[in-house]
Amino acid sequence: MRVIAAYNIKGGVGKTATAVNIAYLAAQDGYRVLLWDLDPQAAASFLFRVRPKVKGGSKALIAGKRPVDDAIKATDFDNLDLLPADFTYRHLDLHLDGERKSATRLRGLLTPLRREYDLVVLDCPPSISLLSENVLHAADLLLVPLIPTTLSVRTLDQLTDFIADFGRRRPEILAFFSMLDRRKRLHREIAEELPAKRDDVAAVAIPALSVIEQMSVYRAPVTATAPRSQAARYYRDLWIEAQSRARLPEPG
Amino acid sequence: MLTTVREFVLVGDESGPSGDVPRIDDSRFSMAVGRKSSTLRRTWLDTFDWRLFRAGLTLELLTRRGTSELVLTGRDGELVATEFTTAGEHVQNGNGRDAAQPAGQRLRWPSLIEDLPVGPLRERLASVVGVRALLPVTKATSVRHELRALNSDEKTVAVLTVDQMNVTSPRNGQPPARLAVIPLRGYQAQATKLADLLEHSAGVAPAAQSPFEAALAAAGRRPGDYTSKIDVQLSDEMPVVLALATVLQRLFTAVEVNLSGTISDIDTEFLHDLRVAVRRTRSVLKTARSVLPASFIAGYRPEFKWLGDLTTPTRDLDVYLLGYPSMAARLVAASPHELTPFRLHLDKQRAVAHRQLTRGLRSARFKSLTSSWRHDLDQLVASPGRKPVTGPFAARRTDKKHQQVLTGGGAIGPTSPPQDLHDLRKRCKELRYLLEVFASLHDPAEQWRAVNELKSLQDCLGEFQDTEVQITELRAFATQMMAAGSAPAETLLAMGEIAAALAVRQAKARAEFAGRFAEFASPRGRARIGALAMATPAKVAL
Repeated sequence: MRVIAAYNIKGGVGKTATAVNIAYLAAQDGYRVLLWDLDPQAAASFLFRVRPKVKGGSKALIAGKRPVDDAIKATDFDNLDLLPADFTYRHLDLHLDGERKSATRLRGLLTPLRREYDLVVLDCPPSISLLSENVLHAADLLLVPLIPTTLSVRTLDQLTDFIADFGRRRPEILAFFSMLDRRKRLHREIAEELPAKRDDVAAVAIPALSVIEQMSVYRAPVTATAPRSQAARYYRDLWIEAQSRARLPEPG
Repeated sequence: MLTTVREFVLVGDESGPSGDVPRIDDSRFSMAVGRKSSTLRRTWLDTFDWRLFRAGLTLELLTRRGTSELVLTGRDGELVATEFTTAGEHVQNGNGRDAAQPAGQRLRWPSLIEDLPVGPLRERLASVVGVRALLPVTKATSVRHELRALNSDEKTVAVLTVDQMNVTSPRNGQPPARLAVIPLRGYQAQATKLADLLEHSAGVAPAAQSPFEAALAAAGRRPGDYTSKIDVQLSDEMPVVLALATVLQRLFTAVEVNLSGTISDIDTEFLHDLRVAVRRTRSVLKTARSVLPASFIAGYRPEFKWLGDLTTPTRDLDVYLLGYPSMAARLVAASPHELTPFRLHLDKQRAVAHRQLTRGLRSARFKSLTSSWRHDLDQLVASPGRKPVTGPFAARRTDKKHQQVLTGGGAIGPTSPPQDLHDLRKRCKELRYLLEVFASLHDPAEQWRAVNELKSLQDCLGEFQDTEVQITELRAFATQMMAAGSAPAETLLAMGEIAAALAVRQAKARAEFAGRFAEFASPRGRARIGALAMATPAKVAL
């Protein structure tokens, strides 16, 4: 089982759109996928029409009093299950802090699922916190959506430096530009230059497209509702890159 | 987390059966179209004697869009094992049952267990199926429509499938459409509510049968409709002529139903069961000398002896071939591959014997025997007379045969010739057949104990005689192979090792005989058979 996390310290950069589309495409390709909506705002749960409720809340889940398995819901798509968000996830840091080995607790919670799923996709809330540290320890690959600005690039550097201090098990980083506006010169320049300079930045960039915003209207991944759209093609390219970087074996 | 699938049948209303899902008037649920309908070809497989069914297993071959999958399920429909058998993944044998198989052929039925792809499914089936072939029991085509049950968020909580099955074999038929409510993970409670609503809707009834049972019923078949046991119901007061004729009819049915499989050589057990039915018939005719017309007995005994003899060479070779793998595996000085010419010789001999058997079973003599036999048995059943009645007859015959076994066995000492043991084996078989023929008159527990008592002695005598026959045959095979120039020295040496191993087994059986017989002749052993042989006062009075 491999773990891919859609992560960025900043909010509103397209993490949820990335997580749901990557999860959907992986499931379409035959992987058994679990998407864990870790964000108390519950956008991924909303997109899959699953109510953001986990019995016992994050406290019971983190403490292991309620098996993760029990909280999982099937989505309407084959091979794709969802561990929904819950409003109590806003206290995840607190609950994680109360556990032993608090920085790797999330990875421990995923361990029993390794026979059932080939891939876990984590949709993370924007923050730098104990939860973020857990995500970084649990993931094999971090998908980092970046808005093509100088500040965003700086954020990526900070993240890379932080992970460099991890021991032997550290996630690979795959950043990509998201919400790209080709009308803006700065966006164009950064999106063209950086992938050529840095190996951890993907060549694919996801433009700011209304069809992606409409996901919240149709409540489904754009790759499912408009599979032939430009947006879906970009996500497909990103998924192929992510699949390779995460070293996912062919689905059994 | 496990989910529970609820199944129903759509029985329709007064206007007839319906394949429509009833409308649910509940604001919590709405219905949406699911995936487009699909067609599935289904073949259920079992052995001729229903070994899978009796073991609570169902084996189904599902074919859709060029993909074939064998699915083995348990008594409650739980999945036991699956195996894809799509062309190219499976190998199919020809006549050499354990020969290396060419890849790239589609699985054909009937198939022996070794024809199935190696894997957990084959492993699970092997112990149940044994030497019997798997053959299609019934076939159907299912057209499946799918609906999705949505909650108020328009999230799917359950998938509803409607399966309209058309049975195509052994007869056409159409069971009622089946409706399955399949919960999505995490939505069991809502799916249960929906299933409860459906259950109370008009035209919907819980499915009492599995799809397999429904297909069989639609095709006019009953699972377990074949057994090699004599499943007739006799009574003490029944005229004995009627009882015996009924048993003979049942045995004749066993001959008839095993005929085609014997000729087609589907597996060795068709011939085995046919042979047992013939031996039992001969035993009944011998027992019935005093109650059936003399001309009837005199006319048919030689004919059934001919039929029995006709089957012997093939069966003897089958026994050899079935035991071949273990014989080869037990070689100590020789290696199994040195026996290969012997195996080829056995295969050749068996092919010749089977051709002769087939000729006999297609001969005018056999056809004449079967038609007159059926006619004459019908006549006996139509006018059986009133006396004697069955109870005392069965008791007297069983007692007499029991005494013969006790006397014959008691006279055997350490120096007795093998023929004495062979004769005793025949008496034991006759006693066994009597117990089986009149089984329905006995208390099942007493019957089971008596047969077990006898079986232990029979096994010992069988081992003694079979090994002797096999040693004699082995010499004959060696001579034939030498004459044909097909016996390399290492093969003859390996055959010699087998002969030696058979001699050891025979000596062991001989040494065990005294103990086995002593047990059989002990007061407890006598009482067990005696319980069935004893004519009760009520029986005597009749």
